[in-house]
Formats: sequence, structure tokens, C-alpha cells
Amino acid sequence: MKLNLKIWRQKDATSKGQMVEYPLKGIEEDMSFLEMLDVLNEQLINKGEEPIEFDHDCREGICGTCSMQINGQPHGPDRLITVCQLHMRSFNDGDTIVIEPFRAKAFPVIKDLIVDRSAFDRIQQAGGFVSVNTSGNTLDANAIPIGKDIADTAFNSATCIGCGACVAACKNASAMLFTSAKVSQFALLPQGQVEATERVQNMVRQMDIEGFGNCTNTGACEVECPKGISLENIARMNKEYYKASLKG
Amino acid sequence: MGILDSKVPAGPLADKWTNHKNHIDLVNPANKRNIDIIVVGTGLAGGSAAATLAELGYNVKTFCYQDSPRRAHSIAAQGGVNAAKNYQGDGDSVYRLFYDTVKGGDYRSRESNVYRLAEVSTNIIDQCVAQGVPFAREYGGLLDNRSFGGVLVSRTFYAKGQTGQQLLLGAYAALNRQIKRGKIKSHTRHEMLDLVKVDGKARGIIARNLVTGEIERHSAHAVVLATGGYGNLFFLSTYAMGCNVMAAWRAHRRGAFFANPCFTQIHPTCIPVSGDHQSKLTLMSESLRNDGRIWVPKRLEDAQAIREGKLKPTQLGEGERDYYLERRYPAFGNLVPRDVASRAAKERCDAGFGVNKTGEAVYLDFSAAIMRYGTEKALTSGMKNADDKTIRALGEEVIEAKYGNLFQMYEKIVDQNPYKTPMMIYPAVHYTMGGLWVDYNLQTTIPGCYSAGEANFSDHGANRLGASALMQGLADGYFVLPYTIGDFLSDDIRTGAISTETAEFDEAEKHVRDRIEKLMEGKGEHSVDYYHKKLGKIMWNKCGMSRNAKDLQEAIDEIAALRADFWENVRVPGSPDSKNQELEKAGRVADFLELGELFAKDALTRNESCGGHFREEYQTPEGEALRDDENFKFVSAWEYKGEPKDAVLHKEELKYENIELKTRSYK
Amino acid sequence: MLITRFYSIFVPLNTQLMSALIKSSLARKVVMALSGLFLVFFLGQHFVINVTSVIAPDTFNSWSHFMGYNPLVQYVLQPILILGVIVHFVMGFMLELQNRAARGGVKYASYKGSANASWISRNMLISGAVVLAFLGLHFYDFWFPEMTYKYFGDNPENATRYLEETVHKFEPIWRTVLYIISFVLLALHLLHGFASSFQTMGVNNKYSSAIKTFTKVYAIAIPLGFILIAIYHHLNPITH
Repeated sequence: MKLNLKIWRQKDATSKGQMVEYPLKGIEEDMSFLEMLDVLNEQLINKGEEPIEFDHDCREGICGTCSMQINGQPHGPDRLITVCQLHMRSFNDGDTIVIEPFRAKAFPVIKDLIVDRSAFDRIQQAGGFVSVNTSGNTLDANAIPIGKDIADTAFNSATCIGCGACVAACKNASAMLFTSAKVSQFALLPQGQVEATERVQNMVRQMDIEGFGNCTNTGACEVECPKGISLENIARMNKEYYKASLKG
Repeated sequence: MGILDSKVPAGPLADKWTNHKNHIDLVNPANKRNIDIIVVGTGLAGGSAAATLAELGYNVKTFCYQDSPRRAHSIAAQGGVNAAKNYQGDGDSVYRLFYDTVKGGDYRSRESNVYRLAEVSTNIIDQCVAQGVPFAREYGGLLDNRSFGGVLVSRTFYAKGQTGQQLLLGAYAALNRQIKRGKIKSHTRHEMLDLVKVDGKARGIIARNLVTGEIERHSAHAVVLATGGYGNLFFLSTYAMGCNVMAAWRAHRRGAFFANPCFTQIHPTCIPVSGDHQSKLTLMSESLRNDGRIWVPKRLEDAQAIREGKLKPTQLGEGERDYYLERRYPAFGNLVPRDVASRAAKERCDAGFGVNKTGEAVYLDFSAAIMRYGTEKALTSGMKNADDKTIRALGEEVIEAKYGNLFQMYEKIVDQNPYKTPMMIYPAVHYTMGGLWVDYNLQTTIPGCYSAGEANFSDHGANRLGASALMQGLADGYFVLPYTIGDFLSDDIRTGAISTETAEFDEAEKHVRDRIEKLMEGKGEHSVDYYHKKLGKIMWNKCGMSRNAKDLQEAIDEIAALRADFWENVRVPGSPDSKNQELEKAGRVADFLELGELFAKDALTRNESCGGHFREEYQTPEGEALRDDENFKFVSAWEYKGEPKDAVLHKEELKYENIELKTRSYK
Repeated sequence: MLITRFYSIFVPLNTQLMSALIKSSLARKVVMALSGLFLVFFLGQHFVINVTSVIAPDTFNSWSHFMGYNPLVQYVLQPILILGVIVHFVMGFMLELQNRAARGGVKYASYKGSANASWISRNMLISGAVVLAFLGLHFYDFWFPEMTYKYFGDNPENATRYLEETVHKFEPIWRTVLYIISFVLLALHLLHGFASSFQTMGVNNKYSSAIKTFTKVYAIAIPLGFILIAIYHHLNPITH
């Protein structure tokens, strides 16, 4: 395969960046998208140029590290996958591929395609936990039965990998899907309900402080989420929030 | 006992941990506020240890190379976590879990540590449920279990195929709670480049801020290394791209002994390598072997035709297939332990029966299971004379319900439909049982330097059972290390803050800076990946699934030569004073190039076959592993003496007082 | 360039102003949803009255007269309605500015919004602006003359004038066409907005999908009804 890549290059957080074109030959269909970038980087290094920096780690779709906007979509054109699971057979010979970092005020660019997603960590730190000591001296695990449906729904919310595709896809760069997934998980489980009021208020407050946009229910996040986290989580968080606000 | 004091408490096995906790030195809560602890690595072991230490009152600093603690590679564990809860009432007990783990490890682990692991395993489940980890449940609302290879009970708790993720997010949440309280200071995108020793004790680390390139000094009263395994030594593995041995290796160079480096787990069911460009291998869960049958063609010419694309596997009849696991191990069949299954696949492929382009793949076939489930479903749905097509469709539904996400993942990567044509699989490096030598308290041979999780060697002997890695990580982090570390720290209540403005920190920082400078000064012949791939090839071909003295000796020489070439000719572009992924990789590969040699040396020294370590010279006439308990019932702990070839072996003799040593047989 | 400068001055100001008024993003969203719902409700009521202009002219006249002279409607409901429109518009505009700023200084070189969200949901500002412009015309056509008639000058109460005045307005084809276009855009605005308001208010239960269907039907049926009424009056002018 022959490709024409247009890739965002930016030296560091303070420098101005630009799109740079890289023609690339000899790409095989079985390569993953990141392996295609590996090939390009190997060529750049051998030419004495600086390789393109991008975030990646597990390369099996679970760590949530890889983060790039490919032809205008987070994680590229395919659904329910991360970039590392995208394969070159999803593209055609001769294609032009535009590769950019996730764009959001709350996700400043660190270098090239790497962004700083620590805002997500701070949202979790604001309340994404159950305040139970880790001594192991808790109730027996089976002391509180939890219906299978509820457990499964909570699990589905909990599968968020924190990649930031929701923010990248949203025209408002809103982090509602991310925040609501964690709020939902705990709102559904009895263990989480004790602190429900404070949790949702604190997490939403932090989300606002970080500078994410407001949700306008376009649903882009749900479509682009590699784990298929549903919009229902946002509705659930909204309800939790109003409930909490009324309680004070 | 020699130089290695394992500090195993006296008394009966079942009482050791309780007795130990009763008599260990503790630090009172007021004094804990004056003590700092560095935790490197934020996976299951590091994350949970940091959270508990902070909760107990210590001041904790965490370090991880990822952009968030939540992304540590514990997240990729699929299957589950073992615990001796006996919720299923199938006769499980702490003893049975202990026994299975020691036997599964081919009798090369320390009894007392494994027993403690089994003992605290039940707490893990209670703890995680209390933290809101959404484990799978039955319709009655209670926790569900599944069973895993090598055991006779159902003791594995799971959260669909994402147990590691859910447990890690639980530990991450506990970590976040302490960060919010100000008890943990989290340093992400930071890499530990050296350990600092003051008066022989671990008192800090030198770390590089991976964003700015800044070299930072961090001091503490103790350092915990929970930095995972070193499987990326093989370049291709199921590890994350960033997994590395640097922290452990730096500690090793500062005096921590490295134990059993050659004990590596090679998982039998991974998606095969498709070409030279491959960067990473993907695991297909062990659970697939419950329903899949493994085979290769019986005739060499059929294998040849399949490789050339002239023949399809579905065109071969039953008589033309060799179900080699069922043939060799009639009792366990396709469910033999991981090491056995991996070796058998390699044996067939080496003999020329491999079925993909590279000749390194075997089939994992679900058609028999599909038809079996389909027939059953047809009958229970009242269809008496269903045709083959209907039965097949019904069977595929059942298989999809059980393994749908794995099949989908396979199809994404390989672009073949595994419902219609057999999956292709091949073994891949998956876990390292070896690691830093630790005593019963999880302390390395450097006082104040502790190691937890996959980074230490302690619990799995020569082979790890499925769903035990998560168990060990959390047991070490939540329930063991936070208490045993008090034994060391109780001497430090009057020490006061450790200064970073000392000669020891100067020396360590200079060492780090010199090393970076040297890496940047390479002549620029080849990229870091070039060397990493070469190292991986040597490791895989000569120190992989089966080893022999000649290959190992060659590996030692080749790795040493490659290392020299690397330092001379590597090309690291960019600047050390900014984000520089090539520099990060270069530092890691440099350490792999040392560890690789020690690995081969360790394998060469161990003249027996056990667990994941198979020496061709030591096998039964049927080709099974031949253990030598008389001469090799010990832990190899290597002391650093400059070049890897000069490393000195120390032996910790293993005592089995509660378990009788037997030969593992799966016939 | 000008737009960027406008952002850099206005957005911080706007953010400060908003956070002073309403603390959280979720609260702002609920204000949008509630004001929107209120307007949707008003629209339904307006539609019912308009239907009578076709099927029962006398009822139309008497209801219109009631609405025009009942003090509760005039002095309480009417101001609330106008306030609702203003709040919905101002809040919507401010949120839009804030949302655009949330993307950060550098925009995407390539952004494929159509791949994951409908045009309607991404362009509420456009449909909203058209509806707002239409409201201007609508006020010019009916509200200002009505206010002038009632409160400026010495005009007697006349309970039979409404239908004729209304029908008269639809004589020119341009106005009818403008009304039709506006109602199409209103339909689009409602298609996303009405269902969206329930999502925003956290409605998430077994009725959710029924509510969604209802909002879709409503969003199409009511504007379509208005269109048909406009066309009817255009085709049936009152001649003396």
C-alpha cells in the first residue's frame, strides 16, 4: 500500500505546531495502524529526523493510552476499537490520512500527537472511589447480594478505559460520558450509594473546572467510545446530580 | 542459610503469617506521618500498596511511566482472580489453593509465601467488592465463579473478560482517594533511572520526568518496586510496549539479587506473528481451550499446501488431522497446563507441520464444539430432525455467547472468521515468574528496598497458574507489604526527612546523566528497535520454549556482542531535555541487553527441566520435563558483579515440609 | 481573526458571568432543557388555538380575544413566555461560545462530525437562529400591531377582528414561504431539542423510548400543522 500521511508535528507544549506531509510506501494490510507509524518512524530515524511521538502502550485495546484523531474521527473510522486495534485493511491504496492529536482545551498537547489527559485523573480524584479502607476487614463479599442485571449494568459503565475519545469526538469537547460512566457505576451499586451525593457534585465540579464543554446530547461520544459506553450513563448522572442538588 | 535469609517465621505453616504479624515491629500512627515511602509502578501491586501505605499514615510518592496510574499493564489481564472462598462448596480451601499453586509452579516456589498468598486471597474479594468492583454475579445476586486450568475446583472470580481492568480500577480508585487526602503525591510520566542507597539502605530514586526530560531526585525512608515483569526482553510478547525491567535492574546493579531470571511463562494461545512489522502479540484467553481442539495436518504435504494457500483446513477430514495434545496426553487432552501445551505446539511446528505463512501456527478448532452445542440446543428446543446447517447455526450462537468478544478480537486482527475456519494460534511470552529476590517480608537483599507483584520472584515457582497473577499483585499490595515494611521502618522513626543533597544522590544522578549522555552519543548506525528485535530473536530462538546448553552458550556470546554493538552504534535522535520516546526505549533496551545474558546464564546453570524452563537434555524418553530435585531444588539468586557473565549465584534451598514432591503427569 | 479576538474577550467574561449566575454545567443544561420544554408546551397551546382558525373561526376569535385581554395571560404568562425565549436564547448562545472555546486554541484540521452525530444535533445554533429570526418577523406581524392596538391609541375592544387580521397576513406568498421555511427549521430544532431535554433532566427508565417516540412525533406534527394552516390561509384569503 502507498499512503500520503498528513501528521501534526509540534515540538512541545509551548511551540506552535503544523501539519506535515509524509508519503509512505510498502505498507501491508495486516499491519495495525500503530505498526504503520512504527514503519514511518524507523524511516525517519534512519534519515536522522525526529520520529513522530504518539501515546501507545498495551496495543490490545484495553489500556486507553493511544489517542489520535484519524481522518476526523477519534481512533479512526472503525467502531468499538482503539487506534491500536485499527488495521491498515480499513484503508485503501493511495489514501490520504490526516492524523492529529485529540483536541480539547483540557487536553493540552505535550508533543506531536501526545496530549495531557491528567484532567481525567483529577476528575476521578474528586470522587471516583468508595471511601473504604483497604485493610480487607470489610463485609464478606457475598453479604450484600446484587441483582445480575444491576451488576452487569454497573460493569458496562465500569469498562470505560479513559482514553478521551468522547471528548475528542464531541463538538463541545465535553467529558460527560467519561464522568458519568464512573458516577453510574457507583450509583448503581449499593457500595457506592452511601457517598452518592458528594461524589456526583465533586466530580461534576472538577469536570467544569478542567474546562470541558457542555453536553448538548449529540451522541457522538457514544458512537466513538471504543467500549460502547452508553448515553444512559449521562442521563443517570444528570438525575444523580439533581437529586444531590436538592438534598443540598 | 548462607547470605540469603528468607526470614520465614517459625511454627506450623497455617500459623506462620498470623504469628509473624503478631511479632513484627510496627510504627505507631503518629510516627508514620514522619516517614516517606516511594512506590515505583502503579499496577495492581504498586497501586494497592501505595493506597494502603497512605491509608496507614505514611507519606507516599508514586511513580509510573504511563500518563495515568490506571494504565498499568495489570489492566490487560482477562481471565480472573483466584480466591479460596469456597462459595461453590466444591471442597476448596486455603490448603488446596496453596497446594495447586506449589504443584503448578513445579515445586520451585517458597511454601510459606504461597500459603500466605492463599490465606489472604479471600480478603481480596471482600475488599474489591467493598470498593465497588463489579464482579460477575449469578441470578441470585451472589458472586459467580469459573474454573481455570490446572485445578479441580471453581475458585476464579471474574468480571467478563476484563478482570484485570476492573481490579486495577479498584486499586486506582483507592489511590485516588489518598491523593485527594494529600497522602499520596502521584508522579505520572516519570521513569525511575536509579536507586539511591545511603548507608547501605534504599533511601531514594533518581527519576526522569518524561515530558520535560528533567532528572529529579526523590528521597524516602524506603523504596517499593512494583514494576512488573520483563517479558519484553523477547521484543514480541503480550506485554505492553512500555513494560521494562529498568527499575528492577537498576536495583539489581545496586545490590538486589535477581532470582530465577530464566523462569518465563509462554502462553500457548496467542494470535501468531503475521510478519516482520509485528510489534506486539495478543493473547486469546486460556478459557478457549475448554471448547477448542488443537490440531495440525497429519501429512507434511498437507501442511505445505495449507501454507501455500492451496488447501483449506476445512477440506481436511478427521483422519487427516493430528490432534496432538489429545494423542500425547489422553487424560488432560487440550487442557494440559500452559508450559506443556506451548512446547507441544512448538514441537509440531519445528517438525514442519505449522499452518500459517511463517510455519509457526497451529489450529484451535471449534467446529466439534459448535456441532455438539448445536445438537444439544436443537434437542432442547424440540427440533428432532434438524439439518446440519441449522445445528451449526445454533451451535455458533452458543459459542458466541461464551466467547463472542474473543472471536471478534481475533477477526479484527487476523481478518478471518473463526466460526467458519479454525483459529490459528501460537505460543507467546506472557509472564515472568522470575524477578527480584525477596524474603518473607518482600524485602530485597537491599535493606529498605521492597518488591511486590510480578517484579518479585516469590510465589509462582517455575510456572504460574491462570488467574494467580492478579491474586498475587493485590495480596502483596493490600495485605502483605504494608505490614511487613513496618519491620524495617520501625528503626526510622527518629531519622527525619532524608536529604537529597548528599554525596550519594550526587553520585547516582551523575551516573544517570552519564548514561544518558552515552546513549545519545551512539554513532547512529541503527535504531533502538533494531537492537531490540535482534535481542528478541536470540531470546526466542535460543532461550525460548526449549533450551539446550549449546544454544544458551551461543545466546550468551551473541547478546554480549550485541550489547557492545548497541552502545557503540545505537542512534537516539532528538534531545535528552525534552519528551523523547527513543531515549526512553534506549535506556530500557540497554538493560534488557544485560538481563538477557543473565537469563541465558541462569538457564544454562539450571541443568534440569521444570515448569516453563525446558532443557532438551533433561527430558523423559516421551519428551516430558525431567525435574532434578536432588540438585536443583533451590532458588537461583544472582548477585551483580559488573558484567552479567560475572554474576555470582546464591542458592536459597527450598524446603517442602507440607507438600510431598511429585512428578507432574498429565498423561 | 476577528472571531478569535471576540472569543478571547467575550468567553472569559461570559464564563465568569455564567459561573456567577449558575454554578455548574449541569445546572446550565437544565435551564436550557426547562426553558425549552416550556416553549414546547407553549407551542402546543398556540397550535391548538391556530387550528380553530381553520375549523372554527368563531372559537378562534373568542379564544384570541381571551388571550389578548385576560390580565393573567397578559401580565403574568406573557412576560414569562418572553423571558423563557430570552433565557433559552441567551443561555444557548453563551453555551455555544463556551463549547467552542472548550475545543482549545487549535481546531481540528479534519473533523468528521457527520460520522457520529446528526446534522440537526450539531447545528442547534443554526436552527435556533432561524427560529429566532422568525420570532422577530412573527412579533412584527402580530405582536407589535396587537400591542399598539391595545395599549397605544384609543382602540375599542373588538372580539371579532382576529381571524381576518390573521388570514390577511398570509396573503403574500413570500411571508407564507418564510413561515414554512421557519417551521421546517423549528421541526429540526425540536427533533433534537425535545427528546434531548428529557435526557438532560435525567429521565432514564422504562418510558424513555416511548418518550423519545412521542417527542419525535410532536416535533414533526406540530410544525407541519402550522405549515398546513399557513398554506390553508394563503389559499383561502378573506375577500369582502
